[in-house]
Amino acid sequence: MSDTFVTASPHWTWFIIPYFFVGGIAGGAYFLAAVLEWFGRPEDRPVIRTGYSLAFWGAVLSGLLLTLDLGRSLRFLNMLFQSDNFPHLMFKSFSPISFGAWALLLFGACAFVSWYAETGGTPAKLIAAVGGLLGFFVAGYTGVLLSVTNRPIWADSPWLGALFLASGASTGAAAIALFAPGRGATERSLRWVTTFDARALIVELLLLIVFLVSLGTVAKAWLSVWGLLLIVGVVGAGILWPLRLHLKPAGAGALRNPAVMVLLGGFLLRCVVLLASNSIEYHRVASVVAR
Amino acid sequence: MPEAMGFFTDTTICIGCKACEVACKNWNQLPATNGGVSELSGDSYDNTRKLDGTHWRHVKFIEQFEGPYNGRWLMMSDVIDMNPAAGTAQKCTLCYDRMQVGLEPACAKACPTDSIQFGPIAELRTRAQKRVDQLKAQGEKRARLYGDDPNGPLGGLNSFYLLVDEPEVYGLPRDPKLPSRNLKSSGVLSAATGAVLGLVALVGLRKRRMDEIGGGGERGSEN
Repeated sequence: MSDTFVTASPHWTWFIIPYFFVGGIAGGAYFLAAVLEWFGRPEDRPVIRTGYSLAFWGAVLSGLLLTLDLGRSLRFLNMLFQSDNFPHLMFKSFSPISFGAWALLLFGACAFVSWYAETGGTPAKLIAAVGGLLGFFVAGYTGVLLSVTNRPIWADSPWLGALFLASGASTGAAAIALFAPGRGATERSLRWVTTFDARALIVELLLLIVFLVSLGTVAKAWLSVWGLLLIVGVVGAGILWPLRLHLKPAGAGALRNPAVMVLLGGFLLRCVVLLASNSIEYHRVASVVAR
Repeated sequence: MPEAMGFFTDTTICIGCKACEVACKNWNQLPATNGGVSELSGDSYDNTRKLDGTHWRHVKFIEQFEGPYNGRWLMMSDVIDMNPAAGTAQKCTLCYDRMQVGLEPACAKACPTDSIQFGPIAELRTRAQKRVDQLKAQGEKRARLYGDDPNGPLGGLNSFYLLVDEPEVYGLPRDPKLPSRNLKSSGVLSAATGAVLGLVALVGLRKRRMDEIGGGGERGSEN
């Protein structure tokens, strides 16, 4: 039995699940917009604008969800400043939560400037470079954070950060594909986004398999309703079905829209990873060992 | 440097009265209820609801401080918990205010069987080893110490135990490790994935350009 089973679950509320999802979309969308800011063309501007918009509002929503989860919202300041030593900064290099708090703040600042400024140019490119890297950090650090908890499943594999990052990229691309047409995106711009989305999904699927294999005997912890949802919802409906739809479009309707299905799968991925581990109570494990 | 202090918990003489839990809440002015629900049985002086490892976990691992704002977590455990009255996370301070005036922590003071003992680590280790020898002489061959070895996992724990069964039965990890062990590998793999995805994005852009150059004539006729 992995020692991770002998730990207590964190006192998180449900706000954390949508945060992991929204943070991933915001980070992934900004990264794609940044790539086009540097290497795209004028015709890609509507896609870039959509990416920045998703990133900014996603960062705002992420901050709201995180501060609400604290219970005492103003306490978020303690993540940024030393309370007894104001205005000295609170930063612990060994803590993904500390890193993440600063990354989200700086990412939000970049997303705001990019979203607010209407046009491109060198300053926009420089901000996009910094924000794009921060975006990928915001999308991936949540998985790293889970791996650094000593909790079952999360701390039994080093692949969760990579998996969340790939999911952030695929859901970010899907969100752009969903909203950019209404902002006047051209067919060619959109095709690049959807092609990237399909490839990100393949990377995500491979990482999910590696993640499950790397769990070893702990993988048995997935023998629950969350494991079923992982196979049916995340892999089936959220990865394989949209991949098939990319190859062979199946017409109108939300269930036939690959972008909608990718977003659903990304949300379910955060749900099952969080809840599969959180549903493991030590009392039950202890009684099994004692027998 | 002052002598390292810590806890030795002899689980063989714990009677599960939870006087330690009550004393902790009492001294540190922590609420006995959470959302209106009592966390103690409150039926009698015997506060036992259940006797298993999860209740000793509360005094399991102590944070080692190397200086202000440079704390090093030994283990994520129930030592850190939510105070429902304050709405913030709090952790065991070893009753620092009591120690300032030469008193032992409230839990150790309240323990009627001295199952929880507080003192200099070196002295506790000697005492604990004697107790193991005594139990073995009495026929309890499984008696062993957990977390006392300075050369063991994490350099020994400042809160260690005498057990007569597998550590998991007491809610203790067999081989305690720092949660930060995954930080480097997890960070590197995430960064590598980020690089791969970045490459995928750029290859897509390049292919778009190549396709356009290749299909330029066709596009020209469209325009």
